[in-house]
Amino acid sequence: MMQPLTNRSKQVVNKEMTFMERIYLPAILKGMAITISHLFKKKATVQYPEVQRPIAPVYRGKHVLKRDDQGRERCTACGLCAVACPAEAITMVAAERNKGEEQLYREEKYAAVYEINQLRCIYCGLCEEACPKEAIFLTDVITPVETTRNNFIYGKDKLVEPLNARIDVSKRQSWRTPEQQS
Amino acid sequence: MDAALLIEKSILVLVILGITLLIATYSTYAERKVAAFLQDRQGPNRAGVFGLLQPIADAGKMFFKEDLIPAASEKWLFIMGPGIAMFTACMTGAAIPWGTELHVFGYTLNMQIADIDIGILYVIGFVSMGVYGIMIGGWASNNKYSLYGAIRASSQMISYELAMGLSIIAVVMMSGTLSLKEIAAQQHGINWNIWYQPIGFIIFFTCALAECNRAPFDLPECESELIGGYHTEYSSMKLGFYLFAEYINMFISSAVIATLYFGGYNFPGMDLIDSPALLGWLQFIVLFAKIFFFIFVFMWIRWTLPRFRYDQLMHLGWKSLIPLAIINMLITAAVVLLRNQTF
Repeated sequence: MMQPLTNRSKQVVNKEMTFMERIYLPAILKGMAITISHLFKKKATVQYPEVQRPIAPVYRGKHVLKRDDQGRERCTACGLCAVACPAEAITMVAAERNKGEEQLYREEKYAAVYEINQLRCIYCGLCEEACPKEAIFLTDVITPVETTRNNFIYGKDKLVEPLNARIDVSKRQSWRTPEQQS
Repeated sequence: MDAALLIEKSILVLVILGITLLIATYSTYAERKVAAFLQDRQGPNRAGVFGLLQPIADAGKMFFKEDLIPAASEKWLFIMGPGIAMFTACMTGAAIPWGTELHVFGYTLNMQIADIDIGILYVIGFVSMGVYGIMIGGWASNNKYSLYGAIRASSQMISYELAMGLSIIAVVMMSGTLSLKEIAAQQHGINWNIWYQPIGFIIFFTCALAECNRAPFDLPECESELIGGYHTEYSSMKLGFYLFAEYINMFISSAVIATLYFGGYNFPGMDLIDSPALLGWLQFIVLFAKIFFFIFVFMWIRWTLPRFRYDQLMHLGWKSLIPLAIINMLITAAVVLLRNQTF
């Protein structure tokens, strides 16, 4: 016989109902007592926009394209993230850095267009692992709600971290072992 | 008829109709809140404080929805259906005593719109008319599901009206009158009919659930198998009328239950209050407290019990409730007869 998972399981029998069972009322009252007891129980709802559930430090949310310490974009448009992406959510167009743009881009090649379709993304974090330049990271920000599908295709305007509001991704990284971090 | 009486009655009609509609509106909100609380949820809480504006938002939505009339439907009957349902639901409130007298700005208001001496028959009559709204609407939709819902509704209502009528007869025999005002007045203090007619009350309450198409007897609607039953084809405010009529019926049923079995406006200790003005208001408030309690019980039952199967419904109606109601009636008759002979 199978091991019951809870002690609430009952053997089903096809017996005749007794008189007390047939008049239903005791069973109905019992059921009503159960439902009324739930009136006073704690609600399971989390009032989402105002209250947010605590998320794990390793939570994988919205992506960010990091800049280096001099404020230059780290991404070199190598395409490894797009190749690693199992959902094929990442597309990019590479461009060559011109003279005078050294303050903007760290390498000689950069991503002129970098798009992540947040509806396709499964937030697995493989892009982050594939990235040789430590340019793309997943943050603990939950992707916000949009009303049209097009708005979910995040371009560089939404992905590249702003110069005056750097995003800290170390919390997630510190959970990794030293070997993985290197 | 003098003008003052006419004005007094018109105002009372408007007030009662307004209260009925208001309570029906907020019953939709209460239903969702009760459902949520019984299921450990929050319920609507975004529109206004505690979501109190939710019914207004819903009504607004209903009005602005596209009003579809299926091409293959009987147009006039299709429109008439929800109209009848709403009309019959609103009419029943006229015979119910909402209190004895209310003193407002020096006037003494009689709190019953029409003191008909066959009040309870009038109520039952209009309640049974309500089935026409559903039947006509379901048939006129020219849709199999609607027709099934309508057939179920009519057979269910006819079956349960019998037991309901029989349980009322027991009350009527006890009080010796058909007038709701008299029946309410006889239950002075805590001398309520429930103490004499507990079985009658259970039968009446069960039948009231069935008459209002409330769970566990909501087979006419049956969204899981009949896609909404008789109102499958309805949209916009016509659908709103059907849903609204259900809540009005629930309110009226609660009022009738309170009047027939739970003393109406009577409450224990009412003789201790000297001021007739205060007593009038208290009676009004007590009656509504009882009504709200029964509306809550209606909802409580809905969120407790699963829906009956159709054959179970018919078995319960014909094989259990009607014989029980007949036995109850006979015993009541015997007791009333013996009491009249001995005293």
